[in-house]
Amino acid sequence: MSPGAGGGGHTRRGVVRSHTVITPGGEEPGPAQPDVDVATLLSADTTTPREGLRVQARRVMALLEPGVLSVADVAAYLDMPVGVVRALVADLVRTGHIRTAEPFVPLAQPHEREFLERVLHGLQRL
Amino acid sequence: MASSASDRRYLPLGARSVKIVVLGAFGVGKTTYVATISEMRPLRTEERLTRAGQFVDDLTVDTKSTTTVAMDFGRRTLGGDIVVYLFGAPGQPRFADMIRSLLHGALGGLVLVDTRRVDESYESIGLLEEADLPYVVAVNTFPGAPAYPEDVLRDALSLPCDRPLVFLDARFVKSAKRALIALVTDILHPAGSHAP
Repeated sequence: MSPGAGGGGHTRRGVVRSHTVITPGGEEPGPAQPDVDVATLLSADTTTPREGLRVQARRVMALLEPGVLSVADVAAYLDMPVGVVRALVADLVRTGHIRTAEPFVPLAQPHEREFLERVLHGLQRL
Repeated sequence: MASSASDRRYLPLGARSVKIVVLGAFGVGKTTYVATISEMRPLRTEERLTRAGQFVDDLTVDTKSTTTVAMDFGRRTLGGDIVVYLFGAPGQPRFADMIRSLLHGALGGLVLVDTRRVDESYESIGLLEEADLPYVVAVNTFPGAPAYPEDVLRDALSLPCDRPLVFLDARFVKSAKRALIALVTDILHPAGSHAP
């Protein structure tokens, strides 16, 4: 149980390790596995049929019906651990029920400075 | 605790999030900081960490009856479509895995420091250095805590000279926002790119 012991060989287990829902069997997901950050913004795709979704997935979809929330918001509002929500959302992204927008990180792309300037000006006005 | 439906604040389609992680020792003011910046009641996500009983052992300063077991988070919307998420997490070694995961995808980090316990900030700074993330050290100026000059604190923290150090009061937004402004300014205009 010591942190950083390296068992499993991946680095993302910190938040999710206390829960059993993610990556059953400890199997590393393939590259198609969506990476769902705690600050990822989620919106429901209302055109995808919801038949067959389990109760917890339905709760997430119902919460997202009126608008966009982050993974963290969903976890807090539904009183569910972040690790559980991340796993549920990853599944719902794969099945086309949820669209995601990852948190902004600078990647030397055009318009990044513009975005950061907006963040800065917004903070200065607080 | 689950919130009531009326607490829920939805974001507009096309909104963009920014993640900033607030690290620091227990009782250093992370929860206060997040609450001060947040536009809504900060929420807490419970992570069932093992050996939770050991948290009590860390409460050696003042008398704080509750402590941050997991992550506090708050958010602040800027300009309608940018939403800054602040996650407060303890910088103790045994949470290092959780922190590393949290730092992934972050714009940067803040390390809150109490001048009475400067040494308890090393781990947080180390984690941010290791993650190669921009960060700012923010001294939360508690009443009665010793006030040291910046160079003394930098020395005590072994803080690289290109890392901003700010003084603030986590209880007040006009003061607390300084650390966030310093962080974004540093990302836009890295210290190394200017004459010192």
